[in-house]
Amino acid sequence: MIEVQGLAKYFGRHAALRELEISIPRGQFIALFGRNGAGKTTLLRILAGLSRPSTGTVTIRGFRPGTLAARAGIGYLSHNTALYPDMTAVENLRFFARLLDLPCGDAGLEERIARVGLAGRGLEPVRNYSRGMQQRLAIARAFLHDPGLLLLDEPFTGLDQKGTEFLQSYLKEAHAAGKTCVMAIHDELLGYSLADRMVAIERGAVALDLPVASVTLDDFQSRYRALIGDR
Amino acid sequence: MPGKVWAVFRKDLLIELRTKDSLNAMLFFGIVVLVIFNFALEGARDSIRAAVPGVLWVSFVFSGTLGLNRMFSTEKENSCLQGLLLVPMDRGILYLGKMLAAAVFMLVAEAVIFIFSMVFFNLTVWKEIPYLILVFLIGTLGFTSVGTILSAISANTRMREVLLPLILFPVVLPILINAVEATGIILNTNDYGALRLPLTIMSAFTIVFGTVSYLLFDFVLED
Repeated sequence: MIEVQGLAKYFGRHAALRELEISIPRGQFIALFGRNGAGKTTLLRILAGLSRPSTGTVTIRGFRPGTLAARAGIGYLSHNTALYPDMTAVENLRFFARLLDLPCGDAGLEERIARVGLAGRGLEPVRNYSRGMQQRLAIARAFLHDPGLLLLDEPFTGLDQKGTEFLQSYLKEAHAAGKTCVMAIHDELLGYSLADRMVAIERGAVALDLPVASVTLDDFQSRYRALIGDR
Repeated sequence: MPGKVWAVFRKDLLIELRTKDSLNAMLFFGIVVLVIFNFALEGARDSIRAAVPGVLWVSFVFSGTLGLNRMFSTEKENSCLQGLLLVPMDRGILYLGKMLAAAVFMLVAEAVIFIFSMVFFNLTVWKEIPYLILVFLIGTLGFTSVGTILSAISANTRMREVLLPLILFPVVLPILINAVEATGIILNTNDYGALRLPLTIMSAFTIVFGTVSYLLFDFVLED
């Protein structure tokens, strides 16, 4: 599904990623860990086609990231919701549905809004929504076209307990439906509960890559802590 | 493709109608410029029509630059631009929709500013209005065809409000010079045949820069 070889990304003289290698088969759920600035977001942005690699090759289903074919199968969700605050939830979804060539009738959109737990709130401006409600709507927006690859950049940031539980069950369903997920996250317990593979990035390269089936949470945590230390 | 261009345009229009962020600022600034020139040219009332084309386009361009500065700032809020870039569509569609919206906002501002200029400078121009509309339309399309892509570039910088006029004005100089000349011909000579050259230059500029901007827009938006 995703093949990354010798990936490097430089911002001026600073290397955000260096010689990063990873292969992700279809249907696998990867939890990406690392300190702030380790390169998790940079990797996700490159996979999404929002940023070009400085060197190395990246392919998604055989396509270069950023191409129309690659973008057609990607849903990207981060703590930034990519919603227009002065438009209603229905208007936001309708706008993106039009761009995606999807049906954009009121009934269908209201149904999608209800599916993320916002039934009856579709005609309110997004500006009036709480952070948790906005993130729920962002889920509906990001996965409107039913993509096969979900790129998730710290999607639980700012969510309360209820919102976290909702997103967790949503991602479990997506994983069970065979979607490939790559999620940058700091919460080891949450990552462990969702992922098939725990990957830690340190100084722009993969430093730990452990299948959940062969490692306990305690074991991962101790190895991860030893890796990042108290620097 | 036209449906998607329309969707981007309609979204910008909807947000502007609700917030009125751009138009209020554009109109206020454009009219203030007119008021200042009205006082400055008090002693030259007899030859005021000769000065009006320059005054009008200074006012149009300043207010238009304010509108262009706002164009991508709404997209930066909540990282909406990122959401748009992930949509599997030709990113040139985004450019066309944005350019169309910028042109419509600027034309609305121009219409109001022009009405105020008729009052301030005591202009009687009913007969010339169709020609003026043509010049304003082509001039505005030329200005926004370059302005939209440069606005996208400057939106990613810290000093975007300062940077945009600095990179925009030198590039649109051919449009501005010919727009002022064409407006001057209409207001002062009635020799409408002489409009052909400035209008041809403005149209060629708009087509060339519009096409180049459309093709380059994809690269401008990536890191």
